[in-house]
Amino acid sequence: MFSAVQPTETWYLILAAVLFGIGTVGVMVRRNPLVMFMCIELMLNAVNLSFVALATKTGDINGQTAVFFVMVVAAAEVVVGLGIIVAIMRRRTGATADDLSALKG
Amino acid sequence: MLAAGLVSPNIEWSQILPLLILLGGACALMLFGTLIPGWNRTSSATVAVATGLAAVVASAIKWNDLYYVKGSTFIVNAVSVDRFSVLATITLCGALVLGVLLMSIHHDPLNGDKLESYVLLLTSTLGGVVMVSANDLIVLFLGLEVLSLSLYLLTASDRRRPESQEAGLKYFVLGGFASAFFLYGIALVYGITSSTSISGIRTDLSTNISVTTNDVMLLVGIGLLMVGLAFKVSAVPFQVWTPDVYEGAPSPVTAFMASAGKVAAFGAALRILLVGLERRVDDWRPIVFVLAVLTVFVGSIMAVVQTNVKRMLSYSSISHAGFMLIGVEAAAHFSGNGLASTMTYLVIYTVIVMGSFAVVISVAGNSDSATTLEDFKGLGKRRPAVALAFSALLFAQAGVPFTAGFIAKFGVIKSAVDVNSYAIAIAAMVAAVIGAYVYLRIVVSMWLEDSSNTDELVVSPLATLVLTLSVAFTLVIGFFPDILLNAVELVCGVADTGAIRDEFLRIRDTVLLKFLCGS
Repeated sequence: MFSAVQPTETWYLILAAVLFGIGTVGVMVRRNPLVMFMCIELMLNAVNLSFVALATKTGDINGQTAVFFVMVVAAAEVVVGLGIIVAIMRRRTGATADDLSALKG
Repeated sequence: MLAAGLVSPNIEWSQILPLLILLGGACALMLFGTLIPGWNRTSSATVAVATGLAAVVASAIKWNDLYYVKGSTFIVNAVSVDRFSVLATITLCGALVLGVLLMSIHHDPLNGDKLESYVLLLTSTLGGVVMVSANDLIVLFLGLEVLSLSLYLLTASDRRRPESQEAGLKYFVLGGFASAFFLYGIALVYGITSSTSISGIRTDLSTNISVTTNDVMLLVGIGLLMVGLAFKVSAVPFQVWTPDVYEGAPSPVTAFMASAGKVAAFGAALRILLVGLERRVDDWRPIVFVLAVLTVFVGSIMAVVQTNVKRMLSYSSISHAGFMLIGVEAAAHFSGNGLASTMTYLVIYTVIVMGSFAVVISVAGNSDSATTLEDFKGLGKRRPAVALAFSALLFAQAGVPFTAGFIAKFGVIKSAVDVNSYAIAIAAMVAAVIGAYVYLRIVVSMWLEDSSNTDELVVSPLATLVLTLSVAFTLVIGFFPDILLNAVELVCGVADTGAIRDEFLRIRDTVLLKFLCGS
């Protein structure tokens, strides 16, 4: 019965949009830097999914190669982001974005 | 076996020489700085400055070559080498050299040799050069990330001040957030045009009839690209990170971010919008219009209520970004000199902001924290020469005639008037008046207010050098704008800055004549 329904590229695009939305809301709502960071990774991976779906839709290989570049960038971001978070953690215990409020005006 | 079906691309190494020099310099500095015993920060600074100057020379040679050959794209259309990218590269490398000099006068006992800071300055310049010369959105994105990741680390690099790490984390989270939007924009535009190349997108949008309708995916893609770019140039309403990051970052890094960061982001934005999305100009021009008006006003007004000079300068950098966006809006009419005036503004702003921060770093002292307006009081009595130079640079930022800042502001406003964007030109002039208050407030504090602080203010020779260079540039370009405008004129291919230059020379001669005749 269900095998008759073949998932199309549009399904994947909608899924990617939903994932991107979840990531966006997550960055804005959550207060833990690590979780905010995970949400950014979710957004990047949602874009990867769109790239692959769109590459399949247009029959063009460039979209699929773009994914590898994005993965490399995401990995580099992890290194830098965790480095900064560790540097902050060595000064204080517990990481909440609300604690970081010395800068305002 | 492996390469049986693959054709490896032809890579014209000589065309990307400035990039290779910067990359080589960064790698060599990292390697030798670690291996050679007795390596100190003077050696690091020397290598970094030499690399920057070598890249400037390589770009200048390329500039000269472009008299004979037309600019074109290389390495499977990924990199474009034209006057625009070469001038932006020279500006970025100039910012690098001045930034390295400023970094050398910044005192940080916890990070004695500061090897990583110099390497990161080199890599961020590298990213910026990739951004301004990329002809492919994925390459541009990689450049953006190389620039941003280096800047996140530089921002968080002062371990004495907790504000520095806080600023680093804020910049990182918001920067990553904006990059994700930018990347989603690339994906959606790719989905419509099945190309990530900027010239490919242009071709597809102008030939493919199916996309001349209002395709939702394309419009959302353009919108997301603009969100990402607006964040990078810190246009209102995407500017919330700027004051915090500029205040928290070590002062030399703030100077570098404000200048090189803006050049790279505007270079990328101009190429994407004016080349890639030219056919969609009616969709994006209103967005630029709104961003520009909001940015000049919010930047100027918020600067007024600040008490910290670094924060004032960061809001002033937001308002300068607004003026550059006015140039972008004028360029979007494809008939005036919007592009030329934006480029002129970028070059001039880079030099002025570096000089201003040379003073901020000197006044801020060893802890890099004495940056409130209170700390600038009485500077005219403590160090009159420094106060005088700082006043000249602040007048230039305000756009007072006979400084380079006037040429910059006059250029963008005139180009807006030339394409009949009167509303945006009036907004710019009103905002410039509000903005002038901020600069005058600092000048008044320096000269007319007394401070109990009578300590000798130590200004290192390197700070004096940067300050002298930048004031000299400001005044020379202020009186003889032809030098810069002629170069920028070549960027745009047509003699469209001629109008600004002639108009300015006429005003200059009239004023000088009146002045000399005593009337």
